[in-house]
Amino acid sequence: MKVCIIDYGVGNLASVQNAFALLQVDAVVSDKADDIRTAETLVLPGVGSFEAGMNGLTDSGLIEVIAEEVMVKKKKILGICLGMQLFATTGFENGEFAGLGFIEGSVVKIDDTKENIRLPHIGWNDVTVVNGHCIGKGFKNTPIFYFVHSYHFMPKDIGVVAGYCDYGGEVVAMMQKENIFGAQFHPEKSHIDGLQILRNFLSC
Amino acid sequence: MLRPRLIPVLLYKDGILVRSKSFSFHQSTGDPVEQVVRFTEWKSDELIYLDISRDNLYNSDQGMSTVGSTSSKREHEAYHTENFASVVKAIAKQCNIPLTVGGKIRTLEDVQIRLKNGADKVSINSMAFERPEFITEAAEKFGTQCIVASVDVKLDETTNRHEVYISNGKVATGLNPVTWCRRLEELGAGEILLQSIDRDGGAKGYDLTLIKKVTEAVSIPVIALGGVGNNQHFVEGLEAGASAVAAANIFHFTEQSVIKVKEYLSSVGVHVRL
Repeated sequence: MKVCIIDYGVGNLASVQNAFALLQVDAVVSDKADDIRTAETLVLPGVGSFEAGMNGLTDSGLIEVIAEEVMVKKKKILGICLGMQLFATTGFENGEFAGLGFIEGSVVKIDDTKENIRLPHIGWNDVTVVNGHCIGKGFKNTPIFYFVHSYHFMPKDIGVVAGYCDYGGEVVAMMQKENIFGAQFHPEKSHIDGLQILRNFLSC
Repeated sequence: MLRPRLIPVLLYKDGILVRSKSFSFHQSTGDPVEQVVRFTEWKSDELIYLDISRDNLYNSDQGMSTVGSTSSKREHEAYHTENFASVVKAIAKQCNIPLTVGGKIRTLEDVQIRLKNGADKVSINSMAFERPEFITEAAEKFGTQCIVASVDVKLDETTNRHEVYISNGKVATGLNPVTWCRRLEELGAGEILLQSIDRDGGAKGYDLTLIKKVTEAVSIPVIALGGVGNNQHFVEGLEAGASAVAAANIFHFTEQSVIKVKEYLSSVGVHVRL
């Protein structure tokens, strides 16, 4: 199995699977530890609140196996939207919650005090690609991706930022730290540019 | 910079796609799945797919006999689907842009079935009025981002007052759209799909007063729908404050329709995704 899309009770898993199907890549949706162990790569999708996401992961009993595959065995993982946010040390959505801690940083609300900044940040936004990360390669023009979120990831080390967009300030759109990849936007819903990100993830 | 969204709305009725006028007259526009492929390729920013079947008919053979059909009958291939969930599943496979599905959503299970089959968001209309806490429950369970509150509004020309209607535009609620949309935001809706009933199918442009009033009152994104007859109408909708402009009829029967509208918008300085 090429890709295991981790099912922990939140998120639109069918969309992610459909996108891999368009790339003719074998992707399985699973909540089984064995599948996470045997898959070549992992995808952690997710929508909803930080707390609900961590609760979902805890209840699924999968945190240990994911941490082992990603942090010890260095298996590639792509976090999408909330999935990426859960990589953080701490999330500050409706309280303070511990995250997976794969990438040091916190998840905080987007500053919506500026004019014309509505939350959620919904829609297509241009992403400035930061050179030197393979997750953002292969774009001739500035890529445009589909975002839906109100909170954003603020990493401690800005060296992990692979791309950002402008929404009331700089918002981290893509991250890469060794084998850990993240997209705040939805590559599975971002048409051709989104498929390029999935391709990059598989070939990185 | 966030790009304004251009959203084709597809109306699904009894196994086929239709166009609509004043929420009543329906005419066939084509294949339920093929159209999605086309609209995705044409760089639509999102699709809204509304199930307006009156009965539980999901077979195109039956559907063709219930609407005013056009020449599209010639090559129409029947989709023998058992229910709307299988329609959602078939279209989601082809749709790698955001897909909102609406119509007949009354329970959390209805939401779940649609999301599980590949919808990214659901739009909820009548049920929000009948039981407002349903919006909150759905937002808590599935995330506020996938709950689109759909609001149908009619302008009473004698009193010049806007009023919210439910049940496919048939039942008046007595609610003022501004108050109602504010409430929907508080309840947990992530977006509002604001539709003008009297403008539907009339091609005279959006109800701009309505859009202005509602977008000023809420802080969540508003999708404007109802009345687009030419490209300039989209510009007006965005200028009135909508985050996204949606339309149904104008996108049908024209090759490359979405691309052409986007080219126009871009030429007049609207920063759309091309």
